[in-house]
Amino acid sequence: MTYEERLQNVSVLGAAGKMGSGILLLTAVEMADLSLLPENKGKSFVLNAIDVSPEGLSGLMNYLRDQIRKVAEKKTVWLRSMYADRDDLIENYDIIDEYIFDVMNVVRPVTSMATAYNSNLIFEAVSENRALKVKLLSDIDQNNENKPWFFTNTSSVPIGLIEDEAGLDGRVIGFHFYNPPAVQRLVELIKTGNTKDEVVEFANKYAKKLRKIIVPSNDFAGFIGNGHFMRDALHGMKEAEALAKEKNITLYKAIYMINKVTQDYLVRPMGIFQLVDYVGIDVVQFILNVMNPFVADEGLHSDLLDKMILQGVKGGQKSSGAQKDGFLKYKGARVTSIWDIHKQTYIDIDEFKDECDELLGNLPDSAVTWKSILRNKKKDNLLASFFNDLKASDDLGAITAVNYGRRSKAIGEKLVADEVANEIDHVNTVMLTGFFHAYGPVNNFFD
Amino acid sequence: MTGGYNTISMGTGRSEFHPKKPRPGLEHYIKEAGQGTLKQIGGAKNIDEAVIGNFMAPRFNKQANLPGFVPMIDEELQWKPSTSVEGACGSGGLALVSGIKSILAETADVVLSLGVEVQNTVKAIYGADILAGAGWYQKRKNGHAYFFPGQFSDRAGAYYEKIGYDRARAGMKRWFRNAMENARLDETAQEHHNKVPDLDALYDKLKPNGAAFVDNLSVLDCSKVSDGASAIAICSEDGLKKIGVDKKNAVEVIGYGQVIRNITNDPTDLTELETIKKASHKAMKDAGVTIDQIGTIETHDCFSIAGILATEAFGLAARGEGADYVAAGNTARDGAMPMNTTGGLIGWGHPTGATGVHQAVTMWQQLTGKAGKAQISIADNRPYGMTVNMGGDDVTVVAIVYKRG
Repeated sequence: MTYEERLQNVSVLGAAGKMGSGILLLTAVEMADLSLLPENKGKSFVLNAIDVSPEGLSGLMNYLRDQIRKVAEKKTVWLRSMYADRDDLIENYDIIDEYIFDVMNVVRPVTSMATAYNSNLIFEAVSENRALKVKLLSDIDQNNENKPWFFTNTSSVPIGLIEDEAGLDGRVIGFHFYNPPAVQRLVELIKTGNTKDEVVEFANKYAKKLRKIIVPSNDFAGFIGNGHFMRDALHGMKEAEALAKEKNITLYKAIYMINKVTQDYLVRPMGIFQLVDYVGIDVVQFILNVMNPFVADEGLHSDLLDKMILQGVKGGQKSSGAQKDGFLKYKGARVTSIWDIHKQTYIDIDEFKDECDELLGNLPDSAVTWKSILRNKKKDNLLASFFNDLKASDDLGAITAVNYGRRSKAIGEKLVADEVANEIDHVNTVMLTGFFHAYGPVNNFFD
Repeated sequence: MTGGYNTISMGTGRSEFHPKKPRPGLEHYIKEAGQGTLKQIGGAKNIDEAVIGNFMAPRFNKQANLPGFVPMIDEELQWKPSTSVEGACGSGGLALVSGIKSILAETADVVLSLGVEVQNTVKAIYGADILAGAGWYQKRKNGHAYFFPGQFSDRAGAYYEKIGYDRARAGMKRWFRNAMENARLDETAQEHHNKVPDLDALYDKLKPNGAAFVDNLSVLDCSKVSDGASAIAICSEDGLKKIGVDKKNAVEVIGYGQVIRNITNDPTDLTELETIKKASHKAMKDAGVTIDQIGTIETHDCFSIAGILATEAFGLAARGEGADYVAAGNTARDGAMPMNTTGGLIGWGHPTGATGVHQAVTMWQQLTGKAGKAQISIADNRPYGMTVNMGGDDVTVVAIVYKRG
């Protein structure tokens, strides 16, 4: 089966979800683009958007329409050549509208799982639930005569377990997008010990066509991305608790301080507590629970997260993409207050900011911001100068930052030592492209 | 002419421009520019008629019948004659020439000429469709997604072939640098806030890329997508007396050339702006001046290549030597022939239907010493200026020669 033939009938499971909708968009565009090529004229391309929620599917179609327009506006020059033989399509307006229709025309929104029984390729993007994934994949495989390939957007469950339990026999691969898939360029590719070469070959070609950056990860729970992030987040929570104890301050103040250190001192796009909120406190807890049994000696668990969930504070995002309140409370992109786990209410930052900032000390003059440095050619020099000043400082903020940076490096090195990642470079690439860090965690800045 | 007024040219480049935030529409710009001129000439009572130049309000703003907006500038303009004229990006020039003809025909003593365009209502990719209306629609299907950049990219390509890529680009680079440096001096210019430290380096870095845009031009070679309006009063001698403006605060129109080329034909030679050549020479002949008597020129540089080719059309440089002429600094503000002294279409901006009038306002400012920081010195033996406004690909051209009042 050629690349094109494989893509002539595809299903996405969980198509209305946050990850599923992005995967669906990218795949629909790729399939429609193939259908426009002269050699594929007349061939049918079908993409089943399968989800349990009819409302979700309706929302998906709206999302697709808006997103495809953006895609089309960026490649109108190419589209004009693809529609050159259509005398009725003259202006960019006409051509873009036709393309939106052609991409949407590939998509079949359905609630019935049985639709996937005819597909050659199944993208699975349901929730991170091993039993559910196994059930769906084995059901489809048993009813599908095409011996379909399964691409699973699994972020923590080992793929080999899914393969074994669903009986997929080398026809499955972990294809882990980052959120949102339409924007984030990183994909973690996870082979099981069994995955067939042609599946890997196809996955690489497909990722390349989507202009994604592939990083191979070995099949260990959490893979590289969550392998680093979960441990980094746990470290942040432990640091906050230790700081509260040591300085005899309430926890919300320590949370504010650690969040500030991880953002402003470590020059990251957001502080560690904000990142946990962004991913979702419940999602982080869930992934830790998935990972923990596989790394029993590490104790990947946080009582603090459990308490937050019990108190009903979960973070995550609204369907509009707006941030829900978690450890921090948000007004637009601004953080206004911090959750007090004792009083179970948000405390306005203005009430304690000055006190906490004073405890941390001043940032050195060499400090740089993430935004200013991300695309700066002299990035490494500027960071080195800033971090050297931090190392030379006795301020609490500087000391905490340097320790945090070292811990982050150790986590990265352990991923290679544990053979989750094949090389240091892969860890750094994941953090640079999937988490938008300005520098890889494994570096010499804090040595 | 007197009482010139320019609104800000709004669009990318201005620090206050946010593509996603609501912006003023046609009404705002017409009103601001019209009132700006009326204030300088004793009010609406002195106006005998008004002409509005606009290119594509029916598509950019879903609005036609623009003469009806004139009384919005001032109630006293109600029940007076008002006309709108269209000749693509040459609409402003037509608004001027219509006014001039009314004065010459003695049917009016004071005409308000106003040009306006509000283009940021749609994304550039759709704006390209709308602006393509300046070409022949029969050719749209086979044209570039960015139709007009595509047309002038072809001209640039032919010019590269004729004189060599590096030689041509050197001239275009200097044209771009002049545009930005001049625009920084004019508060209403779209690139007024431009702070790029090394314009030449930026230009060298951003090479034309056909996969993303057009083959032979980068965005730095292009004029802006702009919202804006300009207005000026065209008066007879009696009109000038009536409004009480001293001649030294006015410029005298001493000649013009209005020339049209058949839009359904391709240009004979892509490296020549034939219509601009005919119109500018006609205007100079009409005025009885030669090019070396002219102190400054505002020319229609919708693309840098159009600026280069114009120097050849005017006779400032021989055919194929315009790029060298510009690269040597001759068109810079301190050069032998200062051109586009407030940035032109690339630097000041290009609210298409307003551009012709904007050129007249700039010329009036320079010749009467009102150009502020952008003021150049005009030698006593060269007290003339010329504006050249072009609609489409060298199709609808108006050239006007002015003399210091």
